Amino acid sequence: MLVSRRAKWSLRTIALVYLLLLLVLPVVVVFAKTFEHGFSDAWGWMTTPAAISALWLSITLAAIAVPLNTIFGIACALVLVRRRGRLAAFLDAFIDLPFLVSPVVVGLALTLVYGIHGWFGSWFAARGVQIIFAVPGMALATIFVSLPFVVREVAPVLAEVGDEQEQAAATLGASSWQTFWRITLPSIRWGVAYGVILSTARALGEIGAVLVVSSLVAGSTLTLPLLVYQRDSQIGAGSITGAYAAATELAVISLVVLLIMTLLGPGRHESR
Amino acid sequence: MATLYLSVVVLIPLAAVVVKAVSQSPSSFWQQVTNPVSLRALAITLGASLIVAVVGGVMGTIVAWVLVRDRFPGQRFINALIDLPFALPTIVAGLTLLALYGPDSPFGVHLAYTRAVVLVALLFVTLPFVVRSVQPVLLELDQEVEEAAASLGADNGVIFRRIVLPALRPAILSGSALAFARCVGEIGSLVLIVGKVQIASLVIFADIEDGAPQAAASLSLVLIMLSLLVLLAMRRLGGRVAG
Repeated sequence: MLVSRRAKWSLRTIALVYLLLLLVLPVVVVFAKTFEHGFSDAWGWMTTPAAISALWLSITLAAIAVPLNTIFGIACALVLVRRRGRLAAFLDAFIDLPFLVSPVVVGLALTLVYGIHGWFGSWFAARGVQIIFAVPGMALATIFVSLPFVVREVAPVLAEVGDEQEQAAATLGASSWQTFWRITLPSIRWGVAYGVILSTARALGEIGAVLVVSSLVAGSTLTLPLLVYQRDSQIGAGSITGAYAAATELAVISLVVLLIMTLLGPGRHESR
Repeated sequence: MATLYLSVVVLIPLAAVVVKAVSQSPSSFWQQVTNPVSLRALAITLGASLIVAVVGGVMGTIVAWVLVRDRFPGQRFINALIDLPFALPTIVAGLTLLALYGPDSPFGVHLAYTRAVVLVALLFVTLPFVVRSVQPVLLELDQEVEEAAASLGADNGVIFRRIVLPALRPAILSGSALAFARCVGEIGSLVLIVGKVQIASLVIFADIEDGAPQAAASLSLVLIMLSLLVLLAMRRLGGRVAG
């Protein structure tokens, strides 16, 4: 299709203005609002005990959810692509659910099972373990929402590289562990890395599901996104600046994530 | 092992919602789903999601076109920027919209707490779906066919309708379907800015907070059914759910 010069320019303008208004402007505004009252004010909001503990809790939850989902994701992708059969059909049918279910429904679902009146909650409560309104429930919520990323990134790569090298390794006497570590894992590493990055971003930024299962207590069950939420709804001198400060922390993290995604992008396509 | 993990984290909890919703008389379920608050929330949520799916489909296709077929300085940067809504926590998106259109908007535009701002938030959050779904198809598209059509006298309108659009249609539809599904359940970017505009996920949240899990579960079941419909529709289109 040979688009005329005028059409080309108008399409370019429409696309760029749309992106500028929708993407760039909002992010710039957050940074501007954060440092409205000077750098030291914003820094003060970022280093309150509540803010530091929120940052740590966000990192902890991601550190629990992402490794578990990575192991599950690789195993699941291997079953989906290499095994087929009934287990694969079962996994394939349900693996996308976490992307499609509303985060609030996720929170409700976990409460109904692990809450104090839930299916398993009373069993845990009798042993003095609190899950909902505490960190374990928030970890479960984080795992839930970031579950499918690794599977969905790794499965197509795995299908693309085929299993000839794995079969060759097996005929040469390699055990299945050796084959996995020496052949399979290196060939899917870019897919795994990309999936890990996507899950990390989601785990750090999740609010809906975590909101339902958190008790919103500063210093113990507030993550960074929840801190933004809480500070925004607080009435008090400058607490909105505090919300912007926490949002800026999250925005900086996500810009780093975006940078890594861009750097990984080409490698990911080469391996396909 | 994989099945156990999926069950403990995902399937058993979702089953609990379904059980909670159906462990009441059909009339009480019906009442909870069709009372004025729920109906209004469902109508607003579905309406907004449909609008966003359509507008996002059109704009996403234009953006993908410009990124693939056009050449201009800074293009790689723009291309990287598309993934921003996936990387940026949704609450930050909500807060930025509050800053832009809220009570102390720098442009004097007060959209916060209205339905319009819900659309803007949802368009932001779902931007990558259509762009990233159309982009690879557009890259693969053979331009020789278009040139052949042009040499046979077809104008751009005809080429677009007869050649380009049919090739892109599955990608646009699956991207829009994903965007729609995401919109139906979205809460993070909306929780700060919707005010009294009741969307379904916030009604569920309010029900949970009020200690009415049965009402929350009933509305949740409706949302889960909608999600499953979208999932099935996407399987039909041969699309895949991607990051």
